[in-house]
Amino acid sequence: MYAGKSVKRVDAYDKVTGRTRYTDDLCDRGAYVARILHSTIAHGKVLKIDTAEAEKVPGVVKILTCFDLKEKHYFATAGHPWSTDPAHQDVADRLILTEDVKFYGDDIAAVVAEDEVAAAQALRLIRVEYEEYPFVLDVQEAMKDGAPQLHEAYPNNILKHTQIRKGDYEQAIKEPGLIKVEGWYDTPTVQHCHIENFICYAEMTGDRIQIVSSTQIPHIVRRVVGQALGMDWGRIKVVKPYIGGGFGNKQDILYEPLCAWLSIQTGGHLVKLDVPREETFVSNRVRHAIRSHIISWVRPDGTYAARKLECFSDQGAYASHGHSICAKGAGAFPQLYPCDNVEVDAYTVFTNKPVAGAMRGYGIPQAMWAVEGHTEEVAAVLNEDPLEFRRKNLMKVGYTDGFSKNEMYADSFNQCLEKAMEAIDYKRKSEEYKNQTGDIRKGIGMAVFWYNTAVWPISLETSSCRMVLNPDGSFQVQVGETEIGQGADTAFAQMAADVVGVPIEKVHVMSCQDTDVTPFGTGAYASRQTYTAGFSIRQTGLLLKERILDYAHILTRMPVFNLDIIDGNIVRTTDGRVLMSLASLAEEAQYSLSESRHITAESTYQIKSNAYSFGCTIAEVEVDIPMCKVTLVDVVNCHDAGKLINPSLAEAQVHGGMSMGIGYGLSEKMIFDPKTGRTLNNNLLDYKLSTFMDHPDLKALFVENEEPTSAFGTKALGEPPACSVAPAIRNAVFHATGVAVKEAPMNPHNLFRAFSEAGLFDKEPGAGSKEDDDAAASSGKNQEVQ
Amino acid sequence: MKQYKLIHCTVNGKEREAMIDVRASLTDLLRNDFRLTSVKKGCEVGECGACNVLVNGECFNSCIYLAVWADGKEILTLEGLADPDGGISDIQQAFIDEAAVQCGFCTPGAIMSAVEILNEKRLLSDEEIRVRMSGHLCRCTGYENILRAVKKTMLKRLGLSSEAPEKQEG
Repeated sequence: MYAGKSVKRVDAYDKVTGRTRYTDDLCDRGAYVARILHSTIAHGKVLKIDTAEAEKVPGVVKILTCFDLKEKHYFATAGHPWSTDPAHQDVADRLILTEDVKFYGDDIAAVVAEDEVAAAQALRLIRVEYEEYPFVLDVQEAMKDGAPQLHEAYPNNILKHTQIRKGDYEQAIKEPGLIKVEGWYDTPTVQHCHIENFICYAEMTGDRIQIVSSTQIPHIVRRVVGQALGMDWGRIKVVKPYIGGGFGNKQDILYEPLCAWLSIQTGGHLVKLDVPREETFVSNRVRHAIRSHIISWVRPDGTYAARKLECFSDQGAYASHGHSICAKGAGAFPQLYPCDNVEVDAYTVFTNKPVAGAMRGYGIPQAMWAVEGHTEEVAAVLNEDPLEFRRKNLMKVGYTDGFSKNEMYADSFNQCLEKAMEAIDYKRKSEEYKNQTGDIRKGIGMAVFWYNTAVWPISLETSSCRMVLNPDGSFQVQVGETEIGQGADTAFAQMAADVVGVPIEKVHVMSCQDTDVTPFGTGAYASRQTYTAGFSIRQTGLLLKERILDYAHILTRMPVFNLDIIDGNIVRTTDGRVLMSLASLAEEAQYSLSESRHITAESTYQIKSNAYSFGCTIAEVEVDIPMCKVTLVDVVNCHDAGKLINPSLAEAQVHGGMSMGIGYGLSEKMIFDPKTGRTLNNNLLDYKLSTFMDHPDLKALFVENEEPTSAFGTKALGEPPACSVAPAIRNAVFHATGVAVKEAPMNPHNLFRAFSEAGLFDKEPGAGSKEDDDAAASSGKNQEVQ
Repeated sequence: MKQYKLIHCTVNGKEREAMIDVRASLTDLLRNDFRLTSVKKGCEVGECGACNVLVNGECFNSCIYLAVWADGKEILTLEGLADPDGGISDIQQAFIDEAAVQCGFCTPGAIMSAVEILNEKRLLSDEEIRVRMSGHLCRCTGYENILRAVKKTMLKRLGLSSEAPEKQEG
């Protein structure tokens, strides 16, 4: 059995020797180089583009502007499965190039040149005349009457508003003796920062176009390129080689349609579009900044009587993944802490800012910042232990969601919390850090999260797999689920080896996907890879095995029901005797003069289940109050992701998610110039993702309750590690200082404001007990007793 | 006007020459002229460390190191670490064993920085390793397993077990 073992990554050797080929490494050096001209206003209309000077630059092949786009096919960019029901299709609001500018960085023209230098020089010489419109950057300002409008079809810029209503909130809050706790919680716009920027290249062969792209979703890219160019989908081929990270940014159609169009416009010539880091920040996708408002009505015994959530999600200029993100976060609210009376209003709103799409956690990191921050404040108001308060109110074993049919099968939250608390010595530290005084204080805090695996029943979930037996007894495995760095190929190899019954070396997972060849799958997102591919790998593996044993019956004359494949051999189960090797069977099957068979198997499994994934973070901090600086001293994540297929890779995955969560909590934020809408920190120096120096040792722990709906007992782990880290750090700061920080990240800038508002700087240094009183009073500002 | 210059350098033990545009970076030279594609472009302005290579034994961001400066120097890229028969070095093996590799895009540069550190044959604390590796941005690993791989190889090379007490810790 390989599932459950920490086998080495199947691609590790290539990656440590430099043999792995990523998109740019594969592109022929004869390619034309394309660069995009982005708008330098946040909102308006392009009146004229003068390319005369730019065209004189030696090496420029062609300059194409938004006015050269003769056929206007609007397309949706979200990497969602297509819906044949128009009501469920994503919003088609993008053009390859646009004259209607909606954010600073919109795509208005492109230069195709013989080399990068010529392309860059030409870009600088293009002159653009605009008609400028007023713009709006704040999500709640954008909703007001009279605010600048981005899209005609969406009054008040509201892309979508959804409601959840349970029980009777208005009636429930009349219950005597309730305590009201209210808070606002803000998360920033952040970017994925995969180290390989988005890149693709395209060329034509015959009447077909081939695109090689750094994408998480090759089959979806094929469909959208077809829609954007008005081409039959079969004329498009998309290849995905090795990918240098994606984290959701590459779960969007970025520039594949533009690159394909530029190739077509230059006679089908090979055109490469390599997006610089600065443009990746602004003109790819970002994570939705979400502002949340929570009101809880709590009984003195620590139970919830009624709860209300409003959230405002900043979509930026175009719909992309749109309301799905905010809706997922809002959907977690009534489930994580069930309450009889709930009102949720979730709004997704256009602003003149970079476009928000999918990013690791898909709405849950934002929701957990709000919900788990709020939970801590409610516990504080009630003077309850945050752990006990959570235990009392968290979803219980047996909880089942009516829509997804997801069920909490095991006591995952308590198990995860116990394990994490023990690892970090929570109880001792929690006591020790109470009632601190002075400028430097320690604190410890926790947060939990809830996550779904895959997208059923909101969208299609399907996985296809093909296995092709080689004459040496090895076989290729192809699935539509995509290796983007997370280690999916290794997990697939482990699962396939187990199902068919061969040593793992005999399994060749085809990492490079080609939509002409790879069976259909929707790609890497929603933490779905291992869960969804597991179904089609098990089903197809069993089919392959059946065909092998059928042939073994011919060769051995033994009944199939007395045969098995064990460790690459055909074994008679009645006495355990090895009758022949799979290699000799495979060779005979292929070349037999009497009964030649090319043994292959292919099947599709449509997944109509989903699975809750759970976990928690506990973080310990040291806060330097005068410096407004938080140092993360210790941090632990504990996850129930079901059975781990590869514990070592699972641990590594959690480390990466924790790192992203640390950046989210402490340092990452895209900053926009209020005067122009321009992104001010679109580079890796000014945008502060966490570095080697910003982490303590990261601890990743697991409890393994096998998920009963799953083909291999496994469920989501890709995104969950990033979900609860930031609020745990925030709650540790609350524990240390008594200040309930509203806005992430907790960088000195935001902390200065929070500490000032809380009055931490108002008195003599070292006046300890008074400070604590003030801090307590500050957190109590949100509270009133009815 | 474009200006060209003929340069001679040693790349992964082999003497090479190239006629280069004087504006070209060492990244351009290594990737485009010599097709050493382990040298990765993540930012091209010295922020991420994915393009790191050794120049006369010292680690540099090759994207902000002009190719003309490489004239007469010895360059080592990740491709130069493996034997001609494919045998890999201890630090490469440690990256595999410690699961320090995920998407693999920062890996070549990170390994080259590790090589520079390890060649000093000094015992470094975890904190010192973090400082020395801090020029590398990685979004997949949280740096944890990279740290483990570097530390394990360092201790092994110094003849110390990986359970040895840490210097300057606690």
